[in-house]
Amino acid sequence: MKKQLDKNTVMMALLKGRTFIVLAILVILFGILSPNFVSVATLKMVTKHVALYGILAIGMTYVIITSGIDLSVGSVVGLAGMIAGGLIQEGLTIGGSTLYFSVPVVVLIVLIMGCLIGWANGLIITKLSVAPFIATLGTMYICRGLANIRSGGNTFSSITGYEGLGNQGFKALGSSVAGIPIGAILLIALSLIAAVALRKTTFGWHLYAVGGNERAAKMSGIKSDRIKIYAYVISGICAALVGMINTAQLAAAHPASGDGWEMNAIAASVLGGTSMAGGIGTIGGTFIGAFVIGVLNDGMTMCGVSEFWQKVIKGAVIILAVVIDQFQRNLQAKMALQVRNENK
Amino acid sequence: MFDDPKVALHCECIDKIYPGTKALDNVSFDVLRGKVNVLIGENGAGKSTLMKIIAGIEQPSNGKMYMDGKEVSFKNTTEAQAKGIGIIHQELSLFPNLTVAQNIFMNHEKTNGLFVDNAYHTEGSKKVLKRLQHQMNTNSLVGDLRVGQQQMVEIARNLVNEDLKILIMDEPTSSLSQQEVKVLFTIMRELTASGISIVYISHRLEEIMEIGDHVTVLRDGKYVNDADVKDIPLSWIVTNMVGQNKSYTRTPRAIDLNQQPVALKVEHMFLPKQGGGWLLNDVSFEVKKGEIFGIYGLLGAGRSELMECLMGLRPEHTGDVYLNGEKIKIKNTAQQIERGMAIVPEDRQGTGLVQTLDIEKNSSLSNLKKYVKGILLSKQAEDKDVDRIIKDIHIKVADKTLPILSLSGGNQQKVVIGKCLLTDPQILLMDEPSRGIDIGAKTEVFDIIHEYADQGLTILVVSSELKEIMNIADRIMVLSNGIKTAEFEGSDSLTEDDLVLASYAGHHVDAALE
Repeated sequence: MKKQLDKNTVMMALLKGRTFIVLAILVILFGILSPNFVSVATLKMVTKHVALYGILAIGMTYVIITSGIDLSVGSVVGLAGMIAGGLIQEGLTIGGSTLYFSVPVVVLIVLIMGCLIGWANGLIITKLSVAPFIATLGTMYICRGLANIRSGGNTFSSITGYEGLGNQGFKALGSSVAGIPIGAILLIALSLIAAVALRKTTFGWHLYAVGGNERAAKMSGIKSDRIKIYAYVISGICAALVGMINTAQLAAAHPASGDGWEMNAIAASVLGGTSMAGGIGTIGGTFIGAFVIGVLNDGMTMCGVSEFWQKVIKGAVIILAVVIDQFQRNLQAKMALQVRNENK
Repeated sequence: MFDDPKVALHCECIDKIYPGTKALDNVSFDVLRGKVNVLIGENGAGKSTLMKIIAGIEQPSNGKMYMDGKEVSFKNTTEAQAKGIGIIHQELSLFPNLTVAQNIFMNHEKTNGLFVDNAYHTEGSKKVLKRLQHQMNTNSLVGDLRVGQQQMVEIARNLVNEDLKILIMDEPTSSLSQQEVKVLFTIMRELTASGISIVYISHRLEEIMEIGDHVTVLRDGKYVNDADVKDIPLSWIVTNMVGQNKSYTRTPRAIDLNQQPVALKVEHMFLPKQGGGWLLNDVSFEVKKGEIFGIYGLLGAGRSELMECLMGLRPEHTGDVYLNGEKIKIKNTAQQIERGMAIVPEDRQGTGLVQTLDIEKNSSLSNLKKYVKGILLSKQAEDKDVDRIIKDIHIKVADKTLPILSLSGGNQQKVVIGKCLLTDPQILLMDEPSRGIDIGAKTEVFDIIHEYADQGLTILVVSSELKEIMNIADRIMVLSNGIKTAEFEGSDSLTEDDLVLASYAGHHVDAALE
């Protein structure tokens, strides 16, 4: 009995560290296959990409922990980019006069927009009892449509700003400080804040409780609707921020930006051990999960794997991750029962 | 090897383990051929689980079943049906969107090559309904039928299986009128006369004495006793169901309740039922500080609903509630907890615990706000509080960071109680606090109730176990059909009959009105 338990404990440790193990294996594998892979230049490229998925995945993890889903984030990325790009290139025209905003104000406006979209998602889901999948599928289409409407489907390609108007400097969001992309710095900072908020604040534990058993959470006096709405608001804000970083990195805003990124965010969360059933997940896991997705994407490209095969492999990795996750949960339940029987 | 011609099905040493509970513990059970075999026990005794295993809905964790001397095992209901076993569920499992004939032949469809033979279905349905003396239009939608008629369709579904040998009926009368029950009993007699064995589950003792041939009692997932109905009085069933050893003797209260102020007063509480009528019909009562106030009633009497109203889960209720003499308007659960109320819900897994969280977080969940230092939670403050409550109410915990399901049912329940006590409540509502936990844990839960009540905590406790509530409560209110039918002082002279009589009284009122 004792030995069995020890074996399980070792197995458990391996399972818990699996995302990290996978990441290490991928890095070594691509390092062998493509000699250029392990280099500062690659690291910079990967982190630049990961920053985008990673920040989306933080918001997504919050939402999935409440046993919801946010499909709208990819479109919000596109819309946020278009709003930011439009405000800088064309300004806001009201009644014949055109207003230009300074960069911080533009950033603030776009973040508020992300917040409002998330809030709308949350309200539709909680107050109108629409399934999260459907509600955010709807807002996904709405936001993508609005992104196209903003420019008639065109790209805003001069987001440098105008010297005389004092709205220069938006591109800084896409630049680097001491060789580290701003996006990556933001990812790390936000991950730290999000991780602390999740494990060390009342709000974080209320998220876990609502996702684990909403009825019990309500009985414990937790305002579950409010908690859920906050999760979608955070996801919306993350998406708006990613939209701006992406636009700054590309130095252009395109209405199709972020198409399908919600799937990368979901994949990063799930790879990191977030349970789609809710109540389980960590930001640390999601952070590593985002790197797995990023390394997989860029590594395969560098090794010359065709884009079509990349999708096949990515899909297989995601399914495998969930299968292992299920295995871990079963083992966990078994170990809990064992403890219980021993106590008897 | 087991072979006895008198026995249609023999279950041997059946165990059923769910994550978190052991629903059946080494239960052996015989279904006597051509008899009405009654299974009885309190809620959570394991009756429904045993039935589900026999019908192939669930598979036993351990143990064997024999039919006609051969071992059988069912992976699903289809395999059980092939052996002639049918089941009528407690909650009807019909398709309201389909017709009577379609329901009756569901998964037994006869086809003409590719297409279903509707004419055959109609004909077959008519025939089987005639046998049940319950003719109805076989083309009407089941959703449009009365509940009693739906029950007949459910029985008819099982009768189309030509080699039906065993019919399981899980509380079939709970939604039937008196007249329909009579018809059902006649049908049951006909079925047994034709050699079909019936397994019958019911809570209504008088029905069991009328229709039952042999009775088997289960308690807390274990076999207790069995006997032929003709050999036993009604009290035998009650004694075996409730058990002798777990009776909790009355302890004198340390405080004089006459000196205590009124903590909670409810006046004219009404709660409308969907589709007309009342779940709570003009209920008024008051509870003194430090009093243990028992609420007794049958299933559906409105006990849990009353608690839900007080906790803010039923905003549609009307009536006045006074807390310490002050009239309050109940809006939501969070506010009620702030006002000093807390609830130990009836359904521990469904509404009591968050299974994905560990023991510590399940204990502190209602109280997290108190541990906030600045913007972050103080682990020390939380640990200190949780450790204190674990010690105070003797929760057996090796390590409080283990998953909640690693605890036994009794200790899980104590965590739920601990969560409530941590919010430092003035009034504690407990809905069936001893359900599904073993005898030792029950006694401990009652000790907790007593201890905290003596310290001035007002406790409202709902229980459907007569002995339990008579011994624990200072005063008992009986609800029946949403109506308050009686209120008794808890004393040694109070008898079970008093309570049982009152628990039916609300239905007579209803009948008189109809």
